[in-house]
Formats: sequence, structure tokens, C-alpha cells
Amino acid sequence: MKLLPRPRLVGRDRRARRRGPNGLSLPSIILFVAVFSANAQPIVIGSKKFTESYVLGEIAKRTLNDAGISAEHRQGMGGTIILWQALRGRQIDAYPEYTGTIGQEILKTDRKLSLNEIREALTKFGVGMTEPLGFNNTYALVMRRSEAQRLGLHTISDLRNHPELKIGLTHEFLDRQDGWQPLRTRYTLPQQNVIGIDHALGYAALKNGSIDVKDAYSTDAKIAEYDLVTLEDDLQFFPRYEAVVLYRLSLPALALTALRKLEGTLDETRMIRLNAEAERTRNYEIAANLYFQGGTGSTTVAGESFWHKLRRWTLRHLELAGSSLLLAVIVGIPLGIIASRGGPSGQAILGFASVVQTIPSLALLALLVPLPFFGISVRTAIAALFLYGLLPIVRNTASGLQDISRALRESAIALGLSPMARLWKINMPMASRSILAGIKTSAVINIGTATLAALIGAGGLGEPILSGLNLNDHVTILQGAIPAALLALLVQWGFDLLDRVLIPKGLRL
Amino acid sequence: MRVCLVFSISRVVPTCRDDPGRGQCLRLQEMSALVQLVDVSKRYANAAALHSTNLAIERGKTTVLIGPSGCGKSTLLRLIIGLITPDSGTIALEGSQITPANVGALRRRIGYVIQEGGLFPHLTARANILLMARHLGKSHEEMRTRLLELCELTRFSGNLLSRYPIELSGGQRQRVSLMRALMLAPELLLLDEPLGALDPLVRASLQKELKEIFARLRQTTLFVTHDLAEAAYFGDEIVLMNEGRIVQQGSLVDLREKPANDFVSEFINSQRALAFT
Repeated sequence: MKLLPRPRLVGRDRRARRRGPNGLSLPSIILFVAVFSANAQPIVIGSKKFTESYVLGEIAKRTLNDAGISAEHRQGMGGTIILWQALRGRQIDAYPEYTGTIGQEILKTDRKLSLNEIREALTKFGVGMTEPLGFNNTYALVMRRSEAQRLGLHTISDLRNHPELKIGLTHEFLDRQDGWQPLRTRYTLPQQNVIGIDHALGYAALKNGSIDVKDAYSTDAKIAEYDLVTLEDDLQFFPRYEAVVLYRLSLPALALTALRKLEGTLDETRMIRLNAEAERTRNYEIAANLYFQGGTGSTTVAGESFWHKLRRWTLRHLELAGSSLLLAVIVGIPLGIIASRGGPSGQAILGFASVVQTIPSLALLALLVPLPFFGISVRTAIAALFLYGLLPIVRNTASGLQDISRALRESAIALGLSPMARLWKINMPMASRSILAGIKTSAVINIGTATLAALIGAGGLGEPILSGLNLNDHVTILQGAIPAALLALLVQWGFDLLDRVLIPKGLRL
Repeated sequence: MRVCLVFSISRVVPTCRDDPGRGQCLRLQEMSALVQLVDVSKRYANAAALHSTNLAIERGKTTVLIGPSGCGKSTLLRLIIGLITPDSGTIALEGSQITPANVGALRRRIGYVIQEGGLFPHLTARANILLMARHLGKSHEEMRTRLLELCELTRFSGNLLSRYPIELSGGQRQRVSLMRALMLAPELLLLDEPLGALDPLVRASLQKELKEIFARLRQTTLFVTHDLAEAAYFGDEIVLMNEGRIVQQGSLVDLREKPANDFVSEFINSQRALAFT
């Protein structure tokens, strides 16, 4: 079950703080409970839906296994609330968490709590907390190392003397209650030149000098990759997000001892490297191995092969485009028949289909997601693609029928054929070329547009394109873009062949 | 019902078969027409296409509607087949008035051939001819026999039957169109400038054949043309129309010798001048 796109691969799930349990409904939480309650024997480690949590979960599992304890890792179960509920409901035994998140989301307090205060509060829920693992994954401001050295900048306060610096911030950081506005007030920063930019693109902009300062998560892999430095939060503006492991107090002592071996073993630099490895190989196990290998050396790519992934993406892509096309044909042809008769209802149908077509695909997805039946699902993607596929089919059916000459239409009437017989024996076959052309257009459009389905976690060939965009990695983008283009060509050819079967011979001579 | 007649070419004065009394039948034949139009008028948008018109189409005869373009002759034909409905007046086929309820059934008793044939391009010649018979669920045997008869009647080569309209010449297409119109042995055959699009040689030979066919079938026919020579050749009765009205009705001799007004003589003389100089 994939519920959310990964807008960035590293970072805590901060959005969960505002949006509740990541759009998951109560029924699906209950389903979760039902599915996981059956499994009680091995120690179950959970993780949240982003790279760092996956990696930490994998490391915890390995640690237990190395201590001879049977353990399994439920990867990317969702946001904070889901993991917390799963822990309290005994579906998982432990999961990696951040102190700041515990304070704000679980204990719901604005006060900065000490580690002991947190631990004490958690005990009431039957939950324990390890000592910090060693790194603090908080918001940070980063700069190019060369630039920071040239200007002699070390802390956020130092920025006061350089009003000319261009600042690029993620839209989320710009809007957050603990984001840019209070930060600027606290530090009395003078910079006026502040733009909103996507996280991954912001790194590229920082690298090529379009901006000088951006927001980051302090363990982002890009910090090492692009040779950036973190400006010290000298006024302690950002809350601390120390990584810890939360566990059920009923956890066997042996397992707890094993988990506690992780305490203090992961500093920021090391976590950044593990995240980078996970992003590079897209394999959390390999990244976790790196931890146990003492943090040196690189590893080879294993796990799901490219061809296997390509197969999975392509099949899903075809499923999305195919089922939406089928729906569009089933609904579009009757609508086209009605529209071909003109009048107010015909105008209304063509008007509606045209208006749908003018809505940008992203906006259409965004509009469908909040609706009750849809949400973040394959259904939503199919519904959106269906709506896009409708216009060419409706329009071509209508115009194909309208283009039949009056003489032929009247000949059919004069013969005494019933309206139904005229439609199916005479008019539809004569309009078949136009109708098939409409279906072909829809199919090709759908193959293209289906790449956007990945935005709402529906998979398909958009998945590598989207990850490639997030990582600013052209090869990954092409892994999705090229097969999608080939697929569109294949579909086009397929329909050309279908024309020969479906269009009556007399119309092809 | 005339089911027994549906596939018989040699129709012997159809009305008499239905009638018990022979003497009465003959009288009826003289008196009653197959199609009767009473005070029929039709307007399109703001122009009158047909002013209040009375017309009777005699059984077994070929009635020719002639007149310049836009005189209302095609409107009249389209009213009879029910493609358009009259604004006023009544049209009756063999005594039954054409209404929206029965128009479908009545159409099957009328054959209709238009200038370009009106053949459906996605169907072979055979499928075009058999379309309606198949729709009505006629037996294969019945259809095969009838198709052979029609091919012989219209001198259409049987091995062309599996061709599509686009693979046939203009003359062949009109033969197929005629076969389609005659398939169910209609009581009335409507022809709307059926030879208008053909070259003169093909046209001349088809005129001859058509006339023979009508005579052989004793087919009641309403033939629309704007060609006086064609009208004279086919017409037992000629109906001259102008500006939505019937100007004069009778034989060609009547029209030539006793023209009702200047338009009639002008029309006849203009066309004769073209035809014979």
C-alpha cells in the first residue's frame, strides 16, 4: 500500500504535524490493526515513510538479528500518529522517532521538554525511549562552503551583516509557524531577496549560485554531496529533533539491550552518508549494512533489478491508462451519440468535456483528492485519466455521426429501419473511423498523463520520473520517460492495426 | 395482408387479389389512387416549399414530377416517404393516412432510390440489398431466390454482389440501389432523379431498362426529374410543378397542345430547343 508520494526522500514527516495522520482514514488504521495484530512472535520494528526512518528501522532490525533475536521491519507504515497508535496497540514493538516530534505531536506541548520529562510522560503509555542515537535532524540553513568561508559566516546571526545574500526557501518553510517569519524576527535578518523554491531544485540553485542560502534538514544527503555547510543555530531557534528509538516497555530485556547499543552511534555526518547511500542505491538494506561495516566503503546495487522495476511500472501504467480508457469508451460513446443530435443537451455534453480538458492535470488530481470516494489512491488517478480521455471520444463520436451525409441518413430512414437498427447497422459503422481515431487520441493522451499518477502514489512510469525530479537525477527521469514514450508509440501502432479489424472494409477502399 | 406478394415480381394488379368482387375491383382501380395527397402544404423556415396541393398517384402507372430546381418536386417526394411531415393536409397510402405511428411500416411498402444511390459504403452490394430483409428476419432461401430474380431483372452480374459501392461504377450502383428498393416488392417506387448523375450513354441504356422493368412489374412509380425528354419517355402522367405548386397535370401532348399558362409553354419549348437542336 503506497499512500503518499515522497516529495523528498530525507527529512522527518513534518507535514504530518499539520495534516493529521497523512490523509489516512480511520478504517484503514483499523485495517492496519487487524492485519498486524496476528503477528506477535518476532520483534516488529516500524518505520515512517521517508528514507531516514527506513534506514533506522533497517539498522534496528539488523541489530536485533545480530543479537540472535528474531525481528522484522514493517517499512514506511505512514506518519507519526499511525506509528504511535501501532506501538500503543502492540502491532509494533519499536520504531525510530525524534524528540521534537514526540513533544509536539504525541505529548502535544509547546514547551521544550527535557529527555527525562519526555521519558516520564511516555511511561504512562507503557512506552520507553532510548537515549539519543547521536544526531539531531532539524531544520537548518545551509550555504556553499566556499561562500561561507569567503564571507566568514558560521552562525545564522552572521547573516545580519550580509543583506545582499539571496535566500531560497521551500514553500513549506516559508509558511510554517516555526519557519521563516519567526526565524527572521528572532535573528532580525535584513535579507529582502527571498524566493520560494522546491526542495530538490533549491539544491541545484544553491549549487549553481542562483541562491546563496536555503533551508535544509540537517541530515540531508545533499549537504555532503554539494559540499555545503550548516549555519549554527546560535540562538537555539529550531527545536531539537534528536533521533531516538521508542519501544514498548514490555519489550524483552535482551531485545532492549540490543537496541540500546545504537545509542550515540550515529552523528550527523554518518547519518548523512547513510541517507546518501540509501538514495543512491535506493536500497535501505545496503545503507543499513554500511552502518555495520563501520561506515566505510561503498556497496553494489542489489535488490529489485531495473528490469523488474520497469516491468512493475509498465504493468501499473498500462493498468491505469487501460482501465481509464475502457471507462472513457463505455461512457464517451453514448455521450457522443447524444451530443451528435445537437440541442441543449448535446451542447452541454461537449461543453463539459471541453472544460474538463482545459483543467491542468495537476489541478484535476488536486481537486479529486479531497473528495470522499477518492483520496490518495489508484482510483483517483483512474478517475482523472477517465475524465481526460472523455473529450476526444465524445467529440469524435459526435462529429463522426454528424458527418454522415443527409442522403445516407435519409436512405436508412426511407428503408424503414428502426432508430436502433439505423444507429448500430448504419451510422455507427460509418462513423467508426472517426470514433476509433478519438479512442486512439485518448489512449495516447492517457499514456502520457498517467505519468502524473505517481504524484498521488498510484505508481506507473511516473514513479521514476518523479523520484528523478526530486533527486534532480536525469537518468532516473529517463528510466520512466523513455518507456512512457515507447508505450505511447506502441499504443498508436496497436490502434492502427485495430483500425484494419474494426473499420469496415468498404470504408477503407 | 400482401405477404404473399412480397417476393413476386409478376404482380397482377395487386388490389384485385384482395378484393372479393371482381367487378367492384375494376371500378375501384379506375377510381382510387394508390397515393392520395389532400391539401398538403409545407413551409421551410419562412419560405413555402409546397403550397396547398392535391395529387393522386395512379396504380400501375409511372407518374413523373417535373419542374425547375426548387419547384417543390423533391419536397413532395420526401413528404410521401415521411422524411418530412406536412404542415397541413393528409397523405394516404392505399387509404391509410401516414402518421408518425405507422410511417415505419408504410416505408417498407415504398421503395426509394436517390440520385447518388444512397448505398451504404460500409456494406457490400449484397448486404445493401438484403439489409431490410435481414432486419425483418426473412429466411436465407427466400432472400437468395429474390436476389437472383432481381439480378436478372436489373441485368446485374451476380459476382459483383460482394463488391463495395466504391468498387462499382455509377450505373452499377444505381442498379444495386434499384434492387434494394425493390427487394421487398414495394407497392410504390419513388425515384428522385435516379439517373441524374450518370453519363449520357449509361443513362440512355438504363432509361430503356428501367422502363421495361416498370412495365414488367406493373410497378406504380413516382419519378422525379428535371429533364423533359426523360419525363416524356417514362411518364404515363406528367405533373409539372413551379414555385411550390402543380401548374399542369396530364400527358406530354396535353401539356404541349393545351398549356395551362405561359410557364408551361416556356418550360416545354426551352427544353425541346435544348434537346432537338
